[in-house]
Amino acid sequence: MTQKEIVIKTNKLTKKFGDFIAANEITFEVYKGEIFGFLGANGAGKTTAMKMLIGISKPSYGYAQIAGYDVYKETELIKKNIGYMSQKFSLYEDLTIKENIHLFGGIYGLSEEQIKTKREALIDKLDLHSQADKLVASLPLGWKQKLAFSIAIVHKPKIIFLDEPTGGVDPITRRQFWDMIYEAAANGITVFVTTHYMDEAEYCNRVSIMVDGVIQAIDSPDGLKRKYNAQSMEEVFLMLARGAKRGE
Amino acid sequence: MRTLLFLLRKEFLQIFRNKLILRLIFVMPVFQLLLLPYAANYEMKNILLSVVDHDHSEYSRKMVDKITASGYFKLVNVSQTYDDALKLIEKDKADLILEIPQNFEKDLIREDQTMVMISANAINGQTAGLAVSYSNSIIRDFINDISAEWIQQPRLNPQPLIEVTSSNWFNPQMNYKYFIVPGVLALLVTLVGFILTSLNIVKEKEAGTIEQLNVTPIKKYQFILGKLIPFWILGMVVLSIGFLVSFLFYGIFPAGSLVVGFLFAGIYLIALLGFGLLTSTFAESQQQAMFVAYFFMMIFVLLGGLFAPIENMPDWAKYLTYINPVGYLIDAMRMLILKGSSFWDLRMHFLIVLGFAVLFNTLAILNYKKTT
Repeated sequence: MTQKEIVIKTNKLTKKFGDFIAANEITFEVYKGEIFGFLGANGAGKTTAMKMLIGISKPSYGYAQIAGYDVYKETELIKKNIGYMSQKFSLYEDLTIKENIHLFGGIYGLSEEQIKTKREALIDKLDLHSQADKLVASLPLGWKQKLAFSIAIVHKPKIIFLDEPTGGVDPITRRQFWDMIYEAAANGITVFVTTHYMDEAEYCNRVSIMVDGVIQAIDSPDGLKRKYNAQSMEEVFLMLARGAKRGE
Repeated sequence: MRTLLFLLRKEFLQIFRNKLILRLIFVMPVFQLLLLPYAANYEMKNILLSVVDHDHSEYSRKMVDKITASGYFKLVNVSQTYDDALKLIEKDKADLILEIPQNFEKDLIREDQTMVMISANAINGQTAGLAVSYSNSIIRDFINDISAEWIQQPRLNPQPLIEVTSSNWFNPQMNYKYFIVPGVLALLVTLVGFILTSLNIVKEKEAGTIEQLNVTPIKKYQFILGKLIPFWILGMVVLSIGFLVSFLFYGIFPAGSLVVGFLFAGIYLIALLGFGLLTSTFAESQQQAMFVAYFFMMIFVLLGGLFAPIENMPDWAKYLTYINPVGYLIDAMRMLILKGSSFWDLRMHFLIVLGFAVLFNTLAILNYKKTT
């Protein structure tokens, strides 16, 4: 463990909205190249915590360092080094696939040449040749998600943040999506992913489980199953989340 | 700089792909300029007149003839009593009653004074006011004619007559279209600058794309310029079409410099784009943005002097118009197009609109946050 390079490090990171503590003193570390599952029920504070990590929400207090940069002072540097894809699909629906790739490639500072290479490789990989000049709006959701993921890592970020990336997607596409996640991790991109599919939690190297704004457990899936004497991650999750007062 | 180019390219792609908006941008100036000046016309014709003549004299008849001959009035009825005439007003069959008393002619000649009564249906106060003032001035004319006739007669006190002749500067024919067209041009520029901009940004909020942009290294100024520049260009295009339409259809060509006109509209657009941007930082949905925009547009336009002259407003409303950017554009457009005002004549307008531009954009930039 001591050899591993830390890419996300938080200490008592907290976000309050008035009296409501959305994320309560969360402390954890994520290592380079691992797939880190950030689990929790609806309303547990996952998205709030993630928004602080990607620099679009200021913490109330606490400390966090992303890819070596401070979340208070160096948000712009953080943004250069991360990718982000949210549960809400967020490519431009009224632009074509090629135009979306061009736009985001350009925003991340790739040259026209690099964009072109990336674009061809990406369209090849996703087998989107026939769709490349069609508006993104006309694509099925699963393809949109795969495309959004590919575009989110077009600039080879150090960390990719995925906020429930497979919500509403069929099992086959989910499987393909996870293949893409493995591939990204193999290429050295650290993956930080929230989900509430417990089978997906099993694919992660390590997971944390958040309940009512607090991280209740953090370990590898096998470690957690041993600790809570459970057959599956689902059982572990139910055991921990049962006590939750917030959420639906 | 390069990032900005990528953003501009994206914005133009989206604008040109949105066929409805695109068509509206070209059709709107043509329609508004063709319809509004004709529809919003304050010249009065065919005011329905009911006469109650208790005198039945030569002079009373002459006076009524003179009124109807003016072309503004249409004699619909001659009633026996005032009450009969009033019933017509109640039924909306008459707009104005002229009651001529008994001995009208006699008093006019012998006593040198008499009275007539004009009653107007004031449900539409504007029409009523105009109808009364038209009839007043015709009657005054009539009295002058009579006096001129009798002034030769030694028994009438010679009365000095002052005739007032007027000439209407800057709009010699008192053509209402000349008044309204510059105002409509101002309205068009405002619509594009304010409403389209705020809706566009809020749309990105709704779609979640703005969040996606916020986690990229895009700088705040790049995002804002990426939004303002395309809509600034659109606004100027709409204004150009507007100038062209008003020249082709009304023969209205600015008496002043076209360059000054575009320069002024350009600065004004920056102000309104800033206001649109500011609106979008508050609104969470396009519905909210639309209502906020509508709220301000109504006030801006009604208090901007497009239809009702600011000079006629009560004092408190006049103070409100000082903080209405639309009012300055309408006024400047009229001064430039009708009066031929120069840059120097419009310097105060320039300064104030520049002030608005700085104010709105500063507020918008302060309020637009990549981080919450």
